[in-house]
Amino acid sequence: MATPLTNAPRKVVLGARTAEDLELDDDLPTEPMTINMGPSHPAMHGTVRIVLTVEGERVKEGDVQVGFLHRCFEKESEHATWTQVFPYTDRLNYVSPMLNNVGYAMAVEKLLDITKLIPERAQYIRVLVGEMSRVTDHLTCLGASAMELGAMTVFFWLIKAREWIWELLEELSGARLTHSYVRIGGVVSDLTPDFAPKLRKIIDGVRRAVADADATLTRNRIFRDRMDGVGVISKEDAIAYGWTGPALRSTGVAYDVRKDHPYLVYERFDFDVPIGSRGDNFDRFACRMEEMHQSLRILEQALEQIAPGPILVDDPKIVMPPKSSAYNTIEGMINHFKLVVDGIKVPRGEIYSYTEGGNGELGFYIVSDGSGRPFRCRVRPPCFAIVQALPELIRGQNIADIIPTFGMMNMIGGECDR
Amino acid sequence: MSQAALDALKAKFGDAVRSTLSAHGDESALIDPTRNREILGWLKSEGFDMLVDLSVLDTLGLDAREHGRFEVVYSLRNMTSGRRLRIKAAIDLGVSDENPRIDSVLPLWKGANWFEREAFDMYGVEFVGHGDLRRILMYEEFIGHPMRKDYPKDRRQPLVRRDFT
Repeated sequence: MATPLTNAPRKVVLGARTAEDLELDDDLPTEPMTINMGPSHPAMHGTVRIVLTVEGERVKEGDVQVGFLHRCFEKESEHATWTQVFPYTDRLNYVSPMLNNVGYAMAVEKLLDITKLIPERAQYIRVLVGEMSRVTDHLTCLGASAMELGAMTVFFWLIKAREWIWELLEELSGARLTHSYVRIGGVVSDLTPDFAPKLRKIIDGVRRAVADADATLTRNRIFRDRMDGVGVISKEDAIAYGWTGPALRSTGVAYDVRKDHPYLVYERFDFDVPIGSRGDNFDRFACRMEEMHQSLRILEQALEQIAPGPILVDDPKIVMPPKSSAYNTIEGMINHFKLVVDGIKVPRGEIYSYTEGGNGELGFYIVSDGSGRPFRCRVRPPCFAIVQALPELIRGQNIADIIPTFGMMNMIGGECDR
Repeated sequence: MSQAALDALKAKFGDAVRSTLSAHGDESALIDPTRNREILGWLKSEGFDMLVDLSVLDTLGLDAREHGRFEVVYSLRNMTSGRRLRIKAAIDLGVSDENPRIDSVLPLWKGANWFEREAFDMYGVEFVGHGDLRRILMYEEFIGHPMRKDYPKDRRQPLVRRDFT
């Protein structure tokens, strides 16, 4: 609408009284104000700071600042042996550590050219622990977001379900959260004897918890009003920003590394890739809900198919000797010593390896100079690419819309900041 | 897999594509750093529409190389065919060894924004035309670029704010 050129003083509305006044809402005299959201904010799960320029309730501009959880993952990795990097990977996306373990192990195996040699049982175990981790990742994301929108009960249901999975992973690996369970060439130990029945019981429990959350949220007016049509991104923009994972799939792009570039034994499972159509927060929520069901399906199929067998490649240059050999034979001891002190010798070269992490494509760009330590160990964090779109998604929205939009991006400080 | 893309790239840009390599199932090409935006723009129009990753490799100590020390590594994915390509631009340093510069690819992909900021933060690579090249993971008072191979791992920089009154 063209502005009429008059010298008449602008009509200032200090409170809409009539219908005519309401149309002039945009002229409310508001001055841009700068406010800080974070770095430590009760509604920001993760340490992130958003410097907002607001006009009233509207966000004019938001500068998203990350890095508060930077712990020099890449620099530390260059000084650790290939195996010593595993504990660092646990701390990348710390709500799905197993997926990071698997992603890193597969990257090194690709450079060692032993991807095809990984025993089948180890591959199945990786799928099992990986999908369990994917479920915990989504449970955390959805539970926390539901809590931020006022659904505290849902948070408790989902976090309780997450705890069952972590208890089983603790039983398996010895650590509740920082598992370091996967090794180059396989996994460190076999499944515990009653792993399968326990997991089956957990699957039922998680299904119930997710169904309860679904019943509480999906048709909840308050929840839908905060999620529907908020944080909309187009397919093209999502690709241009480098979005992957559930966030990209919410826009309708059915890209899932497990389907498009199958790794491990994912080809053998029957599972679907849910996609959204509008690219808003609700679609991201719905994609994650459905993905948990698909992960549970994969878990059930993997439990059916898994067969006994070795869990590590048979190569003394890569795998530690059994303890009995390390303690009782000179060859075993020297082998053990060399692997610990010098590390696995990875041939010169470079690769980019990618797996489906909780948030999307988790990539490792690894360069080896032939020594026992990585020359370069770059991790491509999926949520780093996703969070950089936040300023665009919140521009022109209400301050309250930041909470669900940020929540559905599932920014994990450890992964984003490394 | 993407060998055809590499061949097409060589046919189109000739000498600007310095070498290509297929190893471990990955295809990569080393390109002329002064033509990175042109080459990547062409690849984008050919279907490699996602910039999956952008990072830097500091080759100091890796081996004797003819080209510069810093390699900017672009990982691309074709969202239709699923093919992938790694494009590396080794920056010729010459005299300005401390200040590697390369054109920003932000006009091609919005997603290059934070990745270039991180590369600048960690390696001091200047992306010409980026417009908002601030530190992202380190704090603004930090001196140096920590991921460079000649930055000691154990160097400490206590954060002392002097602007408090």
